[in-house]
Amino acid sequence: MDKGFVGQAVKRKEDPRFLTGTGSYVDDLNLAGQVHAAMVRSPFAHADIRSIDPSKALALPGVVAVIVGQDLVDAGINGLPVGWLLDGLKTPDHPSIAVGRARHVGEIVAAVIAEDRYLAEDAAGLVEVDYGTLPSVADVSDALKPGAPTVHDDAPGNICFEWSIGDKDATDAAFAEAAQTVSLTLRNQRLVANAIEPRASLAQFNAGTEEYTLYTTSQNPHVHRLLLAAFILGIPEHKLRVISPDIGGGFGSKIFNYPEEVIVLHAARKLKRPVKWTAKRSESFLSDSQGRDHATEAELAVDGSGRVTGLRVKTLAAMGAYLTTFAPAVPTYLYGTLMSGQYALPNIYCEVTGVFSHTVPVDAYRGAGRPEATFLVERIMDRMAQTLGEDPAEFRRKNFIGKDQFPYQTPVALSYDSGDYEPALDRALEMVDYRQFRQDQAEARRQGRYLGLGLSSYIEACGLAPSAVVGSLGAQAGQWESSLVRVAPTGIIEVFTGSHSHGQGHETAFAQIVADELGVELDAIEIVHGDTGKVPFGWGTYGSRSAAVGGSAVVTAVRKVRDKAQKIAAHLLEAREEDLEYVSGQFQVKGSPDQAVSFGDIALQAHLAHNYPEDLEPGLEASAFYDPSNFVYPFGTHIAVVEVSPETGATKLLRYVAVDDCGPLINPLIVAGQVHGGIAQGAGQALLEHAVYESDGQFLTGSYLDYAVPRAEHLPSFETDHTFTPSPHNPLGVKGIGEAGTIASSAAVANAVIDALSPFGITHLDMPLSSQRVWRAIRDAQPAAAAD
Amino acid sequence: MDKVSVTLTVNGQSYSREVEPRTLLVHLIREGLGLTGTHVGCDTSSCGSCTVIVDGLAVKSCTLLAVQADGSEITTVEGLASNGELHPIQEGFWEMHGLQCGFCTPGFLMASLQLLERNPDPSEEEIRHELEGNYCRCTGYHNIVRAIRYAADKLSAAEAVAGD
Ligand code: FES
Ligand code: FES
Repeated sequence: MDKGFVGQAVKRKEDPRFLTGTGSYVDDLNLAGQVHAAMVRSPFAHADIRSIDPSKALALPGVVAVIVGQDLVDAGINGLPVGWLLDGLKTPDHPSIAVGRARHVGEIVAAVIAEDRYLAEDAAGLVEVDYGTLPSVADVSDALKPGAPTVHDDAPGNICFEWSIGDKDATDAAFAEAAQTVSLTLRNQRLVANAIEPRASLAQFNAGTEEYTLYTTSQNPHVHRLLLAAFILGIPEHKLRVISPDIGGGFGSKIFNYPEEVIVLHAARKLKRPVKWTAKRSESFLSDSQGRDHATEAELAVDGSGRVTGLRVKTLAAMGAYLTTFAPAVPTYLYGTLMSGQYALPNIYCEVTGVFSHTVPVDAYRGAGRPEATFLVERIMDRMAQTLGEDPAEFRRKNFIGKDQFPYQTPVALSYDSGDYEPALDRALEMVDYRQFRQDQAEARRQGRYLGLGLSSYIEACGLAPSAVVGSLGAQAGQWESSLVRVAPTGIIEVFTGSHSHGQGHETAFAQIVADELGVELDAIEIVHGDTGKVPFGWGTYGSRSAAVGGSAVVTAVRKVRDKAQKIAAHLLEAREEDLEYVSGQFQVKGSPDQAVSFGDIALQAHLAHNYPEDLEPGLEASAFYDPSNFVYPFGTHIAVVEVSPETGATKLLRYVAVDDCGPLINPLIVAGQVHGGIAQGAGQALLEHAVYESDGQFLTGSYLDYAVPRAEHLPSFETDHTFTPSPHNPLGVKGIGEAGTIASSAAVANAVIDALSPFGITHLDMPLSSQRVWRAIRDAQPAAAAD
Repeated sequence: MDKVSVTLTVNGQSYSREVEPRTLLVHLIREGLGLTGTHVGCDTSSCGSCTVIVDGLAVKSCTLLAVQADGSEITTVEGLASNGELHPIQEGFWEMHGLQCGFCTPGFLMASLQLLERNPDPSEEEIRHELEGNYCRCTGYHNIVRAIRYAADKLSAAEAVAGD
């Protein structure tokens, strides 16, 4: 380990191509003879499709085909499958193109293929669809009301599933004995992921070999291939190559199989020409799986000493009109299991009802279930502290799981293997200068200024995931990761990984790991990902799993390579293996560094095999399939400081302090970037973002003019630090950091705003805490405050 | 649709193309000229991924028709580095980790170029304000601000040397 790249803020290897405009995203690719697809989408939330007349579109010169739902059925193409099953889960058919009925605004009704993209759009506008509109419903609570319009006949009452975790009786008993209880009604609003690169797919079919190639915006190309080949198209898996080149952000939204991929594959085969589709942003709003959207009743109980004794949660989780790939897991196993937070909370019961409505499907969005859980736990902890008149930081501290209580079995299935929560809280309080802030806050209030501070002490279960565990919970997938390390005769090292970066810097971070293991320079290492034609099967990037699971696979494979290299070195040096040591990229005889052979020479000898151990195969490569034995449990405390204008209701985020514990940092630069971006998305949820539907399912926020993503001006510079508690079970000790910022920050910012508003007697407001919402709350509270 | 002829200079090279009058400048750049470093992130002129320099001004190239750019001089991200040397603004983004997925990056680079021309020594607040036309979903803007400050310092140091 004499090089020590791991732990260094190494500039990213992938950056030069992005900085010079030479990256290649899917829409940058063009194939000879390619035609373009444009989608005809339902303008109605619920409608019978009585007929479709493509004749005007087809009459336009340059239009090659119009494809409708029945065409896919006739071609033997199946609907999109669900990759996570729960007991009693309803899985209605999810066709790529609607057949007979559309169930949300934006659902594809027909696809037009034409010689160029402008023409395809023109022609899409000429397809005449005769719709018979039907009653529709958007809100989860409305969808459960008796007589509500039904989304799927095979899901009566719009119930997709009913799920629970924890001990109901014990929790009820805790409430019966409680010294104090508080309750909150929460709306965790619907969000749109909004990767800045819109989704895109380009399909090619080789009629000679019957092979398809699909270039697509995917976080997990092998999962795309498996589901497309085996479940949707019904073709041998090896006849489909999925290539996911540079990807412009995903945040979950590029995990899932999407209808457009199926359509371009089908069209490419039918037309014998490459077919390309690129989403317009307005289509992204209507067709990327969305996030969050919970309606929750939560109650917290404490005993006479202010220790939490029970948490009772009832959540309605929106699933949208169809289930996408991992949708059922998000509001259940990624949500209910996190209800213990950082706290010794002996009794928890959480019930979740998944609800269909006439809206865009909901699935994983950065954090996926865990931000919803953290928001609930951290909001209600604040509410209780306020009710008891206790300091919110000290109330948390008092209830933390103690450092000596690990491994800690929560009442909601997870076993936290490690943790030490107080140092992160202390460091965050120190950074924000908590005492001073409280004085400043009191002084500001005397001047009619409203400052607020919000804490969020979060925990996250990530590094998805031990395969047997998720299998027992309903996953139809494994969650190990693969790596293949291949050394060329010249000593160049190619590392193939099933993880796939969409901004996380794997080409650098994984190279740092390998460089340290082999004592070579970063330039000698090439990370290869995102192509099922090159990379062994792997599960991809989501759930903050790439460092902990993908990185562990890389390290395991590269250590196998080094072990083999040692055997070759022993032969070449005529020494015993155990007498060798690996220093600065060469094996040398312990105590006599002159007797040495470099890694490069070993690589060459492994390929020539002229002077070679008899019992060893030639070549120098190894693969590993790493299945973690547990999740990893990053944690930390974030603190937001805001000022709210009583005149306008506008909130200014003044400071944001984040102390995270993700174990050792492979690359501090990349870790900081992940934290920053995560905070921005959570702060965006707290203050700005909201995917709004009319009660009948009309979508009101389908563009950047209506849906506010945070801009530079909305945010401060962030103040970050770390504590270091390694994961006890993976070879690098690392824990995920890709989602932590988002998981922590919506609660921290919302708590800060509520703290600022406490002089008005305001104890809770739903996100987004927009100027309008805050202004109205202040206005409505004024009489009460004035009467004080 | 009848096509019209457009001639423009991009990154110092002259191009003539026949385009439909409705063709957006960004599509001419990406598809007509094959310069795919300029990206498209929206259809409402909001995100700034398509920002290029047209006759000295940072312009969202999805907002302009190609015919409107007839006769103009354009710089795209591909024209920023010279002789294999990164421009200080590119260097700043690299040094400060001002990019993650890289999709918004060309737009930010071009917008910052102009920002620094107008204001060679911007405060953090000014940088954040000036970037209101560019969205980044990955970085939370923190390191983009630092990248621009890096470039400002580097450019003013170079200026000082040149002025000596
Ligand atoms: S693509 Fe031009 S502003 Fe978004
Ligand atoms: S780096 Fe991904 S959107 Fe800015």
